[in-house]
Amino acid sequence: MEPNIIAFCCHYCAFTAADLAGTMRQQYPANIHIVRLPCTGKVDINMLLRAFVDEADGVMVAGCEVGSCHFLEGNIRAKKRVEYAKRKLEEVGINPEKLEMFHIAASEGPLFAQTARDFTDKIRRMIQQESQIEQGSEGQKKKEQIAEPVDNRKEENDRSTGAM
Amino acid sequence: MIVAEQKPFQEIYESVREHQNLLILGCGTCVTVCMAGGEREVGILANQIRLAAKEENRKMEVLEHTITRQCDEEFFDSTVSSSIREADAVLSLGCGVGVQHIVELFDEVPIHPGLNTQFFGANLQQGLWGERCAGCGECVLDTYEGICPVARCSKSMMNGPCGGSSNGMCEVDPENTPCAWQLIIDRMTKLNKLDKLMENQPPKNWSRDRHGGPRRTQREDMTL
Repeated sequence: MEPNIIAFCCHYCAFTAADLAGTMRQQYPANIHIVRLPCTGKVDINMLLRAFVDEADGVMVAGCEVGSCHFLEGNIRAKKRVEYAKRKLEEVGINPEKLEMFHIAASEGPLFAQTARDFTDKIRRMIQQESQIEQGSEGQKKKEQIAEPVDNRKEENDRSTGAM
Repeated sequence: MIVAEQKPFQEIYESVREHQNLLILGCGTCVTVCMAGGEREVGILANQIRLAAKEENRKMEVLEHTITRQCDEEFFDSTVSSSIREADAVLSLGCGVGVQHIVELFDEVPIHPGLNTQFFGANLQQGLWGERCAGCGECVLDTYEGICPVARCSKSMMNGPCGGSSNGMCEVDPENTPCAWQLIIDRMTKLNKLDKLMENQPPKNWSRDRHGGPRRTQREDMTL
């Protein structure tokens, strides 16, 4: 199954770049759900965490390049909040790399498409690794469960024969 | 205002993880201003707890509510009171006063603190707070022209600086803490009142501080 990715995009740059990517017929994964914001400075930590609570596998925040924010410093503030939200994710045991901030100018349609493809690949790999680890630990548990009765029988035999 | 900071997430989660129906109660006064326990912080913590519970496949309902002041009974209206009674436990993001006040009002519900209450402080810049008052019960600010040696001197020196004042900073934290006595002397010099410091200050009456036991204040004209 394709990962579910939410992209919070600034109206003045990354959202326009996403639009341009479409106009240029650049392909990027359809599982990316774009949320248009007036500026990435609008991004709140709760927005980012809520996306993960509501089953997002990855979240990207895409704002203007440093120095070209329409509201001067919105993208710099967003970057700080993304860093803070990463720490909050790490505290609850979620890989903080599932949340990333990107800077994409309005004219960079191909870069938006490439970023979306790369981020989707990264999240897909992370999900695969996590499920492998989970399967591995479940397999280990099953092995231990199977091994337990054998050990019990051995103990019982030991007791009946008087061996300690 | 009272300044507090959130406890480490793991400590909070360990205290509440067994409860299936948890209410996180924020406070809309001091801890909202110092960004530790207001509506926004309640939302962040609630989402973190939901995510942590999801990670370990634990069923947990987390409700959020923030009232104007946890230290005042009048703000516990019927809605929040019934939410508290219906919850398995309450995680209070109020200061230590708020937590204890909820315990006094709702003695049948387990209450967990989510904050470490720190000091009475001022907002120095966005996101930064500093201690300004120690609540000693007998204000000496008039003697020291508005700079408190009790709260701002690391050793609460009342008759001049110690030997640890260097370049105007305190030896306890030379990076961040200015020497209170440097500040007092600078201010007295500016106001041309330096001779005031020649007067020896007698030992302070600490019985009005915490040393005299828990304190209470009463306005007889206001009591019912």
